Amino acid sequence: MRFTRTSKALGIMAVAALALSGCGAGGTNDAGGTTGGDTSRVIIADGSEPQRPLMPADTNEVGGGKVIDMIFAGLVSYDPNGKPVNELAESIEASDGQNYTIKIKSGEKFTNGEAITAQTFVDSWNFGAAAKNAQLSGGFFESIKGYDEASAEGSTVDTMSGLKVVDDTTFTVELNQPESDWPLRLGYTAFSPVPSGALADPKGFGETPVGNGPYKLADGGWQHNVQIQLVPNPDYDGPRKAENGGVTFKIFQNDDTAYQDLLSDSLDVLQTIPTSALSNFESDLGDRTISKPYAGNQTIAIPEYLPEWSGEAGKLRRQAISMAINRDEITKVIFNGARQPAKDFTAPVLDGYSDSIPGSENLEFNETKAKELWAEADGMQKWDPNTTFSIAYNADKGGHQVWVEAVVNQLKNTLGIKAEGKPYPTFKEVRQDATAGTLTGAIRAGWQADYPSLYNFLGPIYKTGAGSNDARYANPEFDKAITEGLAAASVSEGNDAMNKAQETLLTDLPAIPLWYQVAQGGWSNNVTNVDYGWDGVPLYYQITGK
Amino acid sequence: MTPDINSTQPGETSRSGRHSEHFVAEISDTPLRAVDTVKEDAAPLSLWGEAWKNLRKQPLFLISAFLILLVAAVSLFPGLFSPINPSTEACQLADSNGPAIAGHPLGFTKQGCDVYARMIFGAQASVTVGLFTTIGVLLIGGIMGAIAGYYGGWVDAVLARINDIFFALPLILGAIVLMQLPFFRANRTPWTLVVILVVFGWPQIARITRGAVIEVRNADFVTAARSLGVSKFGALVRHVMPNSLAPIIVVATISLGTFIVAEATLSFLGIGLPPSVMSWGNDIQAAQSSLRSNPLPLLYPAIALSITVLSFIMLGDALRDALDPKARKR
Amino acid sequence: MATYILKRFLQLIPVFLGATLLVYFLVFSLPGDPIAALFGDKPVNETVAAQLRKQYNLDQPFWIQYLLYLKSIFTFDLGLDFSGRPIAAVLGEVFPVTARLAIMALIFEAFFGILFGLIAGLRKGKIFDATVLVASLIVIGIPIFVLGFMLQFFIGVQLGWAKPTVSSAATVQDLILPAIVLGLGSFAYVLRLTRTSVLENMNADYVRTATAKGLSRSRVVRVHILRNSLIPVVTFLGADLGALMGGAIVTEGIFNIPGVGQRLYRAVLSGEGPTVVSIVTVLVLIYVVSNLLIDLLYAWLDPRIRYDS
Repeated sequence: MRFTRTSKALGIMAVAALALSGCGAGGTNDAGGTTGGDTSRVIIADGSEPQRPLMPADTNEVGGGKVIDMIFAGLVSYDPNGKPVNELAESIEASDGQNYTIKIKSGEKFTNGEAITAQTFVDSWNFGAAAKNAQLSGGFFESIKGYDEASAEGSTVDTMSGLKVVDDTTFTVELNQPESDWPLRLGYTAFSPVPSGALADPKGFGETPVGNGPYKLADGGWQHNVQIQLVPNPDYDGPRKAENGGVTFKIFQNDDTAYQDLLSDSLDVLQTIPTSALSNFESDLGDRTISKPYAGNQTIAIPEYLPEWSGEAGKLRRQAISMAINRDEITKVIFNGARQPAKDFTAPVLDGYSDSIPGSENLEFNETKAKELWAEADGMQKWDPNTTFSIAYNADKGGHQVWVEAVVNQLKNTLGIKAEGKPYPTFKEVRQDATAGTLTGAIRAGWQADYPSLYNFLGPIYKTGAGSNDARYANPEFDKAITEGLAAASVSEGNDAMNKAQETLLTDLPAIPLWYQVAQGGWSNNVTNVDYGWDGVPLYYQITGK
Repeated sequence: MTPDINSTQPGETSRSGRHSEHFVAEISDTPLRAVDTVKEDAAPLSLWGEAWKNLRKQPLFLISAFLILLVAAVSLFPGLFSPINPSTEACQLADSNGPAIAGHPLGFTKQGCDVYARMIFGAQASVTVGLFTTIGVLLIGGIMGAIAGYYGGWVDAVLARINDIFFALPLILGAIVLMQLPFFRANRTPWTLVVILVVFGWPQIARITRGAVIEVRNADFVTAARSLGVSKFGALVRHVMPNSLAPIIVVATISLGTFIVAEATLSFLGIGLPPSVMSWGNDIQAAQSSLRSNPLPLLYPAIALSITVLSFIMLGDALRDALDPKARKR
Repeated sequence: MATYILKRFLQLIPVFLGATLLVYFLVFSLPGDPIAALFGDKPVNETVAAQLRKQYNLDQPFWIQYLLYLKSIFTFDLGLDFSGRPIAAVLGEVFPVTARLAIMALIFEAFFGILFGLIAGLRKGKIFDATVLVASLIVIGIPIFVLGFMLQFFIGVQLGWAKPTVSSAATVQDLILPAIVLGLGSFAYVLRLTRTSVLENMNADYVRTATAKGLSRSRVVRVHILRNSLIPVVTFLGADLGALMGGAIVTEGIFNIPGVGQRLYRAVLSGEGPTVVSIVTVLVLIYVVSNLLIDLLYAWLDPRIRYDS
């Protein structure tokens, strides 16, 4: 390949940046920096069509999220292990966990030349939270004082009282209550700054977003339903410096197709190996694969409003179900190792994770104990043998059928009850039943972390009345433990409290944890330096050509 | 059937025993002589009576009838053909993708289910979907198409345009909407799919029937029948329809197979039968994910499906031959 | 004839109203709340949801929604889809791609279906007839999502004769393999329809007459057998064009073609009413026009068919 003058220069800059980030991150970056590689190559990766205009606070799904993440830089970003690293922030400090002072680096600019100041952040966050702007991720600002007023329906207040600009590079944030893990959230895309043009015309901006991240959208780069082309942003100077000539997200309708493209080297990086290729991909790709756990899990939630599943008998039955599932066998046979049996309600990549929380033995396969518990529950409240235990799932995407079938068969075999998978045609239909509380059996649930924190896996799902509490679980003991954990002075003390709260969950089992997600991806013969982040998304910026 | 030169005998009298010995250019394989030799002293039979008489003697018909009876027997009494009942004996993951062993002649699926037993027990749902959907679309589409084509004018305009609207409705949209109706939602069975596929499948048969009827309605034998005092509707039933059947039979027999497969495709898109109902379609769809490592669980239900379709195609061919007065042999 | 065609075009009006009403009603009846679904697994932010419902008129009763949609059509502004793009632009992107695909599939199935059907009919019961019967059984018996993936894998990946997926331009060359896959299902119909028609006509009196007249075999086959056998085939093909355009969901998914089927599928799943109705309306227009063309073709293929009555 012939090097142009600029690509060579870019390469040198990239190497320099690497050296710098190597010092800063204490050498945690294991894949990057080992080989040089061709830094001028445009990486072709798989993506999906964003559902909404590309506005940071309006994007909450993978397709758009991946792009937003690369064209915007927030106060912090996460390193491959999920540790927050300052990106635009100089410092984020609070003595009490409630009143934060945030200093940002000076001289930062959007790619259109507009300067990024403390005011930019305050305006962007206010925009995201204000009701009239109807931003899907507005809820992420809920901890900030004044959010309730700004987000109330029909509200005319469009600023949050908790945000105050001190000077060009400093602003303060007052929260409703102390939250030790709040700074962890700041790497989520909703907290990114947006230029003033975005606030004036969000629709138009969403088509051709202008950001400050390691990449920028190429001219006419978003060809809807076809591809999204990103080119490096030469002015970006942070931990995620681009080491390639750009990234083009080719939009795929399904992973099977993307896999065929990968096999013929038309695609460089495939984020997720499809289920249909799990038994072949290692022989197909050789050493061009990666298997890395990330912050996501799979559970089945069993609503407590169903009479058979309430009270003490319900609890015993849930424990019996949990012990009747042979997680090792399913992860091995069905997923070919692309999942790890769960030991708790969170995910192993998170800071504070423990695989030996008291009660985790309830997640181990134990045929005799499962039968005993089921019989014991039967003694309290008879299980009608004609009842079918069903597991609801959405059939439109996600490939859940194969594992639901395996779980159902194990339940039939171990407990001798009738069981079946219950597919819903669309995701929204299954969500409707879940939110309305009209499920007739268990429901597939699962969580992908928004930000690397144990709380993110517990609070939004199992707290009494929480938005994603499909099981309608309500236990004051758990709520108390969680609230204490949030108010803890430090993140590590908070983590201990969170794990304490998990002990309650592991006995009650409002949902039955099944396995942790493992990112299993592959790449073509043309690229190298592929590694994945804590969230299971490839670190596109460090991929180089061969 | 559409003479463009000069031979214009009405249909029934076309086999008047005129020996055409004088052809020069030969159309190979056309048994002209056989066609033209007719037993002149035979008592006249009705169209269908004659067809049945012919049918009984055709090997094609006998083979297809045997296959259809076999498929019917498997569908109705699967227990006779397989000692294992997959709905009561759950599959063991330990057997996943296992090869054929004694007692399990076709091996195991990815979930560790017996391929043979599932194929036998899956026949019922698949044959129900295929057969009854075909009957349903034949009734609705056939009647609508025949009336539209035969009467023409505003009747045609109204019916054909309704047809256009239904044709354009996306099956997937209709299927999702129909499936959420409380009646179907409670238990999604093969009959649910029959209803859905009939509602969205009849326009095709209607188009074909309409075209075939338009082709025949101006034929001389119809005019002749009308002038002999047969009522307009009577002519449709007794003369037009029997002579329009050939393309309808072809489309119907192939559709029988496509309906069974449509069930698999709907499952693939997430709106077919629930996995708890055993069917060839569900098995094909489930086996698709391990197609490259273990293709056999996909192959066997596909073969069963193909044999069913083959038997109906052969039946259709035999029936068409029997009904076509010109191709009739002694 | 001109009056007939004019009449047919006037029929477009009730068809248009009927189709849009029916489809809009179906979309309206789709289970689940499309706005709530935008939040994914996350809890629904009711304020935001209410705002969005208002923006897409989803807070209105069915009739108002429908009338608002009709109004938007007559002002040539179809509104925006959920990702904030004008629906008119979406239609302009997806239809050309799918039209190319569908027409190529139609040419494929028509050419090979008629050719093989003709030969099979002329040589009934011979080896060729049996071979195409088995071939069509394979096509019927294996679903397109399996067949498509297999062809993609063997031809696209193993042999490398074609790219496994379609490039962004979706050129004619890219679409050859997808068009074959898409046309395979209908190929079996065309083949067997042709074969049956040929068998019927082979014994017709006028064929015997033509043969007796001393015409060459190829002329008998071409002019007398084939032309008269085409009516059912043409009926099928005409109806199939519309089906291929709207029903290519699976094929477009396999080969990653950004066309009508995929867009429609996604719009149905996410409950984007105006997008679904707009796409289906165009499909209905295609049906009506293609059916008119077929009816005119009938008269050309068989001069005894008239519509003037």
